[in-house]
Amino acid sequence: MAGLVGLLILAAIVPLNVAFLVLVERKVAGHIQLRPGPMEVGPHGILQTLIDAVKLLGKEMVTPQSTDKLLFFLAPIIIVVPAFVGFVPIPFSPMMQIREVNVGILLIFAFSSISVISILMAGWASNNKYSLIGAIRSVAQNVAYEIPLLLATMSVIIMTNTFKMGEIVQAQSPVWFIFYQPIAAIIFFIATTAETNRAPFDLVEAESELVSGFHTEYTGMRFSLFFLAEYTNMVIAAAMFTVLFLGGWHGPVFPGMIWFLIKTYFLIFVVMWARWTYPRIRFDQLMNFAWKVLIPIALVNLLITAIVLKVI
Amino acid sequence: MLNVRTIDDATVGQRVYQLNLGPQHPSTHGVMHLLVTLDGEVVVKVEPVIGYSHRGHEKMAENRIYEQFLPNPARMDYLSGMIFNHGYCMAVEKLCGIEVPRRAEYIRVITSELNRISSHFIGAMDFAMGLGAITPFLYGWDDREHILDLLEGITGSRLTYSYGRFGGVRNDITKEFYDGTRRFIDRLRGRFWDYENLINQNIIFIKRSKGVGVITKEVALEYGVTGPTLRGSGVSYDVRKQEPYSAYPEFTFAIPTREEGDCLARYQVRMAEMEQSLNIIEQALDHLPPGPVRAKVPRFVTPPEGDCYCAFESARGAVGFYIVSDGSRVPYRIKVRAPSFSNLFVLTEICPGHFLADVIAIFGSIDVTVPEIDR
Repeated sequence: MAGLVGLLILAAIVPLNVAFLVLVERKVAGHIQLRPGPMEVGPHGILQTLIDAVKLLGKEMVTPQSTDKLLFFLAPIIIVVPAFVGFVPIPFSPMMQIREVNVGILLIFAFSSISVISILMAGWASNNKYSLIGAIRSVAQNVAYEIPLLLATMSVIIMTNTFKMGEIVQAQSPVWFIFYQPIAAIIFFIATTAETNRAPFDLVEAESELVSGFHTEYTGMRFSLFFLAEYTNMVIAAAMFTVLFLGGWHGPVFPGMIWFLIKTYFLIFVVMWARWTYPRIRFDQLMNFAWKVLIPIALVNLLITAIVLKVI
Repeated sequence: MLNVRTIDDATVGQRVYQLNLGPQHPSTHGVMHLLVTLDGEVVVKVEPVIGYSHRGHEKMAENRIYEQFLPNPARMDYLSGMIFNHGYCMAVEKLCGIEVPRRAEYIRVITSELNRISSHFIGAMDFAMGLGAITPFLYGWDDREHILDLLEGITGSRLTYSYGRFGGVRNDITKEFYDGTRRFIDRLRGRFWDYENLINQNIIFIKRSKGVGVITKEVALEYGVTGPTLRGSGVSYDVRKQEPYSAYPEFTFAIPTREEGDCLARYQVRMAEMEQSLNIIEQALDHLPPGPVRAKVPRFVTPPEGDCYCAFESARGAVGFYIVSDGSRVPYRIKVRAPSFSNLFVLTEICPGHFLADVIAIFGSIDVTVPEIDR
């Protein structure tokens, strides 16, 4: 029963949260770029994304003639599901967790891999070269960056001996893991940025090269489902970083929930900040960075962690 | 650079595929169309397809009197309209033998150099945007806005100025313009530090642009490349220095060059040229001579029979106006040598072997305007 209520809350919170994040993104971008951002709808434009959502709902969902109709229809639906499921094992506070799953972290990784399939479906079904290039880039990028991501996570798992997210947070009560595992934290942050296709790793939808990548042909609500998934994945990535390295709900004065949200949104702000500051890296540089830099460092880090904790 | 097997057309549709970059594409500004043949993400061949923005300016010139053609040059290269307008006036003055007052020449130089800075802002910052950095672009637009405001104050328009007249300029500059330009120079000199921090020292920016799209000196000269693109390849050629015109011989300024010939070099040349332009403007404002801003010329000029070629340096390279007169009030033929045209086709030589993302970078670093290519 509690799980059901949790899911309902989730279904209400996630889209609203995305609407809020889109507004934040536009405001952050605006202020970084010496302009105010959206100002028209509501005071300081706070209703802008709601109006945009209404507009997108009202738009016709165009299906180009030569697409693979079934896959084209399914892709945006499939991408949203893992984004929602990812919230299930995240502990917002000691009491606020929809379900403590034995393999909570692996569950999130497993489901986030499904979104790659959806992107590939969208890119393939669109029958558009830009979409296809974007989709292929996405697959290569996600495969490459999942490895350092998992290796960095494993360094933490070795320290806690559990996959349960709640217990990982509890293990950090005096000192956060970012102080024990700074290298793993940096690798995790970079890899999640790449996994969620955010700049400077946003090659999947690189608008200056690929128009808008895999969702070039999507309109209306289907397009906004991709948008929803992108921002939700960003929240999940930031929440995971908070759980693994920033001590989750731990913090003085405020209740745990507030601390968790402060940490998560600060990370999201950092990701946005990076997006509006850095250029996009090139595809070969992206792959080289993963295979030649991140993975070796992550492996060495894991090895050292294992030796220090288990052998000595 | 990757090694790419050369392919013939028969294999198109099998291993390689063609991608239409444009005519509507976010980073081929205007209506540029690049037909790119790709092997995976590696470019095998690039063919620029031109003509989408052809408006027949040269043909238009044959059907209207010299004065009526005044607004047209600014519409060829809409980003450096002032310089084109200046150049067209110079060509007609050369044909008719009109003497221009010194104050007018100085004002032309000031406005042209302001226009050059605003154009270089677009060129350099648009290149950064092609690499995915959107913020520098808006920083550039913020500075450019000041130039547009200044020029709007004296010419009345923000982009396609028709400020020059045969024998001078339309009106004298105002005190607001004079003071505003001084303030702008101070402001921009302080801002270069920002750009240095935001772009030049950014490791991703350098990785994306260093060694990418190298135009060697020989290739550049072979294709007739001019402007910052040529100077980025180590050839110190600038019409303002080599064949001085207007009041340029009276100012001291350097011609920034880079030896590397890559995207980064072209970007650096543009940024360095902006500083030189500021120097020129400052000198011109310091020694602005008094006097009239327009010579006494008839209401409608009637050049003698003959022809003349007038070269000048726009923000994109060496422009040439070749005017043939049959002695009437209507030009017999006006031929424009547009730098963007030559600069664009060097793409076919340097792009193969690069990645698709590099094509955007190279295209941005060459900085062409489409209406100028098509005229």
